[in-house]
Amino acid sequence: MAAKTLTIDGRLVSAQSEQTVLDAAREAGISIPTLCHLEGVSEVGACRMCLVEITGCPKLEPACVTRVVEGMDVRTGSDRLHEYRRMIVELLFAERNHVCAVCVANNHCELQDLAADLGIDHVRYDYLFPLLPVDISHERFGIDHNRCVLCTRCVRVCDEIEGAHTWDVAGRGGNARVITDLNQPWGTAQSCTSCGKCVQACPTGAIFRQGSTVGEMERDRSQLEFIVTARKKKQWIV
Amino acid sequence: MMTQTIVIDPVTRVEGHAKITIHLDDSGQVKDARFHVTEFRGFERFCEGRPLWEMPGLTSRICGICPVSHLLASAKAGDAILAVGIPPAAEKLRRLMNLAQMLQSHALSFFHLSAPDLLLGMESDPAKRNIFALIAAEPELVRSGIRLRQFGQEIIEQLGGKKIHPSWAVPGGVRSALSGAGRDSILARIPEAQATVLHALDRFKRLLSHVKGEAQVFGNFTSLFLGLVGANGNWEHYGGHIRIADGAGNIIADHLDPSQYREFIGEAVEPWSYLKFPYYRPLGYPDGMYRVGPLARLNICTRMGTPLAGSELREFREQGNGAVNSSFYYHYARLIEMLASVEGIERLLDDPDLRSRSESEEEPLLRAHAGINQLSGVGVSEAPRGTLFHEYHVDENGLVKSVNLIIATGQNNLAMNRTIAQIARHYVRSPRITEGMLNRVEAGIRAFDPCLSCSTHAGGMMSLHVILLDSAGRVLDERRRG
Repeated sequence: MAAKTLTIDGRLVSAQSEQTVLDAAREAGISIPTLCHLEGVSEVGACRMCLVEITGCPKLEPACVTRVVEGMDVRTGSDRLHEYRRMIVELLFAERNHVCAVCVANNHCELQDLAADLGIDHVRYDYLFPLLPVDISHERFGIDHNRCVLCTRCVRVCDEIEGAHTWDVAGRGGNARVITDLNQPWGTAQSCTSCGKCVQACPTGAIFRQGSTVGEMERDRSQLEFIVTARKKKQWIV
Repeated sequence: MMTQTIVIDPVTRVEGHAKITIHLDDSGQVKDARFHVTEFRGFERFCEGRPLWEMPGLTSRICGICPVSHLLASAKAGDAILAVGIPPAAEKLRRLMNLAQMLQSHALSFFHLSAPDLLLGMESDPAKRNIFALIAAEPELVRSGIRLRQFGQEIIEQLGGKKIHPSWAVPGGVRSALSGAGRDSILARIPEAQATVLHALDRFKRLLSHVKGEAQVFGNFTSLFLGLVGANGNWEHYGGHIRIADGAGNIIADHLDPSQYREFIGEAVEPWSYLKFPYYRPLGYPDGMYRVGPLARLNICTRMGTPLAGSELREFREQGNGAVNSSFYYHYARLIEMLASVEGIERLLDDPDLRSRSESEEEPLLRAHAGINQLSGVGVSEAPRGTLFHEYHVDENGLVKSVNLIIATGQNNLAMNRTIAQIARHYVRSPRITEGMLNRVEAGIRAFDPCLSCSTHAGGMMSLHVILLDSAGRVLDERRRG
């Protein structure tokens, strides 16, 4: 495992060769915003929040799936990056129906936190106001597609940690939706073990516990890390 | 001379957006007056498809003045759908919050919105007929009134975590108890609040002899009065049953089940307002006109149930014969309800069922948990402005299929229109129409303390049936929608 030395925001940082720029930056205490990234599951590079500038590279690269290279010179917070990140979050808001004030995840939402961190006080794009369903056919949990940002965290925790692969994505582009089993009501999805990992993984109010009212959906992501560490390292660290 | 229409737009010092039109005939006499609510909301439609548990949080957003009223009516509709009896502490905490809401909303209506008319004069300089000029004229009175409203808001915050739109009452109960420190801070302010209300009541009663003219024509007519009363006929704001009294004070219907409101309340629609016109079914539309709110509640109850407000009620009833019919006395009734609220808050704080966290290690039971056990439910409570009905229909998973809300201000719609017509006929004289005349018309509306944001919650595609008839009554065309 060779060590690599690279520069992030002008600071010399060393990292293991298999690490990503995101890992290296976070270890060095440099913050890069993310949304689809979730500790313990694979990366998909879907949300593009973690785009960084790399000297000599003509395009922006997502830090979560870019491996460190010796001598790499990375910038994580230029005006250009800030503008793109802001644009991404605004587009997410415009794409579906996010109403923080009455959302079960109000004050416990990664999308809301990103918007606050990026100083978003309005959205420049026309809202699409799609007519999307809410599925609360499952006995304990529910999904509101109005609040889904298609990060696929639910798909990955279900497949990679629980091993059930109840969740997947159907449709393309603006019609893409997360689905349970063969696009059937969650309550009838036979593969679902009702483990609740998707509930812990969801960054917004899209997947929630039944009976949640405004702002009540708090999540405990450390449960996911606990399971992954226990499985991979046989260490049960609470 | 041409017929004329005078438009007052917007109506000021009310909650929401409205205009008034006054129609004059050829001779310049007032023919009619109409109160148009010009805002459009759409809540009944966009709540469709949402989980039942979100409804209190959603519907409380109808209003920033009385979010607690919607929160409670909605939570009660949720209780009915879960088919649960909520824990005693939860019910008493809900009652406490509703009294706090009554207090702050009434204080806003009296001190901030109507006191400028009452204390500075209906025809005083309009540029100075507002709370700021009143602060200059009567700083102590206004300061105490503003503090009274703040006191009500603080109780709401102590219970629900924030003053406006607390998402605290939920189907099955409430989310948190009152802390010991919260209870102590509320108790400490009771004497000041009571003194403020008693002082305002005293001022108002001394004013009565100077405003006899207004009392005579500000919506002074007989009508039905509707509201909740407790099991023993006591003044009520949260539970109990519906009682209806007539303009002579006779109880014409009692022990009506609030959840069966459709049996006795109908809703009519007029093309010139977004606000519906509810009426008492047995008398038809528009004869079934009824009033709700402070005046109605004081007219229908047998007694107030608290000592100070009880003795004020007896004095209040001297203004009428059987029932107090002038809408001007909404102000008076509001003051007495503020007193009852302060007394009720003090009484509830001493209730052992309200066990607070610091006095006992264990949290009182606050929330009943259950699934969907009924496919529909009605929640009724008394909002500051009158009886509030929330009715939801859900599917077997708890997704809302349809919503019907009947709001206090809507129920006063017929009476408000009649009130402004009465005031306009009395005061408005063409050709020289003064601002003061028109202010009296507005003040007639202010007496009802209407909340227009609340009352135009409805929307979506209204189901409509239009029939075009010729002069002989033959159907020329017919269209249906919805």
